[in-house]
Amino acid sequence: MKDYVIKRILLFIPTLIIITMITFLVCRLAPGDPTEMKLGQTGEAQKTDAKNLMTEQAKEFYKKKFGLDKPLPMQYLIWMGNMLQGDFGNSFKDNRPVLDKIFERLPVTMTISILSFMLIYMIAIPIGIYSAARQYSFIDRTTTVILFILYSLPNFWVATLAIVFLCNVEYIKIFPTSGIRSEDFDSLSTFGQFKDYFMHFFLPVTISSLASFAFLSRQMRSSMLEVIRQDYIRTARAKGLSERKVVLKHALRNSLIPIITLIGGILPAMIGGSVIIETIFSIPGIGQLAFQAILDRDYPLIMAELVLSSFLTVIGILLVDILYSFVDPRIAFTKKAA
Amino acid sequence: MEEKEELLDKMNSELKDGLTKEQMDSKKQVGVSYWSLVKHQFKKNKLAMVSMYIVVFLVFIALTADFLSSSKPLYASYKGETYFPVIKDYLNDLGISKWSPDMINANWKQLDNENKLESVVWTPVPYGSREIDLKNSLSPPRGDHYLGTDAIGRDLLAGLIHGSRVSLSVGFIAAGIALLIGIVLGSMAGYYGGKVDLLIMRFVEIMMTLPTFFLIITIVAIYGSSIWYIMAAIGFTSWTGDAKLIRGEVLKVRNMEYITAANSIGFSGKQIIFRHVIPNAIAPVLVSGAFAIAGAILTEAALSFLGFGVSATTVTWGSLLNEARGASNAWWLAIFPGLMIFIAVVTYNLIGEGLRDALDPRLRD
Repeated sequence: MKDYVIKRILLFIPTLIIITMITFLVCRLAPGDPTEMKLGQTGEAQKTDAKNLMTEQAKEFYKKKFGLDKPLPMQYLIWMGNMLQGDFGNSFKDNRPVLDKIFERLPVTMTISILSFMLIYMIAIPIGIYSAARQYSFIDRTTTVILFILYSLPNFWVATLAIVFLCNVEYIKIFPTSGIRSEDFDSLSTFGQFKDYFMHFFLPVTISSLASFAFLSRQMRSSMLEVIRQDYIRTARAKGLSERKVVLKHALRNSLIPIITLIGGILPAMIGGSVIIETIFSIPGIGQLAFQAILDRDYPLIMAELVLSSFLTVIGILLVDILYSFVDPRIAFTKKAA
Repeated sequence: MEEKEELLDKMNSELKDGLTKEQMDSKKQVGVSYWSLVKHQFKKNKLAMVSMYIVVFLVFIALTADFLSSSKPLYASYKGETYFPVIKDYLNDLGISKWSPDMINANWKQLDNENKLESVVWTPVPYGSREIDLKNSLSPPRGDHYLGTDAIGRDLLAGLIHGSRVSLSVGFIAAGIALLIGIVLGSMAGYYGGKVDLLIMRFVEIMMTLPTFFLIITIVAIYGSSIWYIMAAIGFTSWTGDAKLIRGEVLKVRNMEYITAANSIGFSGKQIIFRHVIPNAIAPVLVSGAFAIAGAILTEAALSFLGFGVSATTVTWGSLLNEARGASNAWWLAIFPGLMIFIAVVTYNLIGEGLRDALDPRLRD
């Protein structure tokens, strides 16, 4: 068991190296000069020689400053070296350390992700179990259809519909359009503040859960159906156990195993989805930061976000793997043998 | 002596005939027992069949978009001359025949309004997707703006019709790229096993940890938002599932006797993979292909929704939906473009599900 965990952790070192290389290449092989971005539009507008010379000099200065004058492999090694010391560089835009910028926005995104996660697992799993246990019943068929529709609904469409129809004085105004708290937040009572947060987070959380929710519920149902067909369930029924006990006690445990692995896949989907949801609802999280960074071509920030979100995903997968080998000891055993 | 030879000949020919007949029969049976069974099973699935018709319909719209919605008439006669402006545009672009200089920029609408055209037949939607009708900006569905207009007066239905081209072509080609990479890498991993397998699967795992959507936006934003970059960016980041699937199928097929037989005859690894392994492992790939198209359409729509779409002047479903955010009471902009994206995604997902059920032998009676 210990060997398995250590082996998995060691395997992540090459993974992280390749991720950083892909990130680096995507950002550094880009056409166009990031220093031009730094100098803004002025570089194009001014045509006189003196000013051209000035921008040239400024360009050289920034090139030196950000290490862009060195050959690519050197740049990569310097970047990697700095990252290993916890220095992800400074933003091109306001020259603040990118790590600070990311960390001050992380709590909001994490709150939305964790709330969505809880929502998804708390509702999707019971629905999946119920559907499977009553296969082909009316409720099963209805939920299957609804879940299928939810699964195919583009979240940015649902978000747009919500903004247009539920946050709009022209139609119905229930929820606030943007941000995470109202302007008069400080003057509210504790309960009022809680309610304010609830209203602001309700739409982003539910909408970012939709697809994963439907996916997980469908997976739970099919996993349960698979288990229910097995011989030991027939045995359990044959010895006279109630259907409730058969499903919740005997079938549930084994049918949950494949569901655990899905956590690893939902995490990157959520980080990707946060770009859309946070942009639509103007939520100051890392998704919106990433969107802004891409618009500004703020390379240090883009690279840091790509690396960090991959890193988070890697840790997620690692935890899932370890959890998995606890739940199903056969996994660690066969992997060790192989 | 002669009799004996004759007998031998006869026996030989009988044997040959018998064999070929048997072979033909077995070939026929294989055909009947697999693909036609799948087809039969698929046809029983009503939702999947309806989806199939919808997809055909969408493809038809995409192909004939210029004849369904255009700022020029299909047919007009003006000053005694007969014109087919829509067709003429095609010929003009192909260099086959040229517009006469005084007619190339003719404003047909104005001519029609001033009753200068002797006879005219407009396209069913008499607006082009980029045609700006400022007098009717943000108009709700009315008159000949069947689904209303956007903030600068472009007809919504015309935009949806022409937008289907971008959505469907990105869907097909991006999914095609993903499938191709997935099939090649997956079958190599499955067939060769060992170190090749280990390397490829490590690479798949690494690709899966990358935040795909974020990476696609980055690539499209940095390298320019041409439709080819979008297709490539989606294709190159979404092949991992296909690779894993194919690998699994190949592992199943690899140890079958006919592969051993092909090996013993001396076929090369490449020949065996492409001519014997892949055709027998391809069925589940069709399923994932259908889902991949749905995914690619969704991603492209999300990209243009966020403003990283094909180009500022090209109208797509995503870019139309995006306009709903700026127009507070334009319900038509919020509903119809999203509905189109949803329909396209749902139909491909339903086809995928239908195929999967049709291919799953456990469900067969």
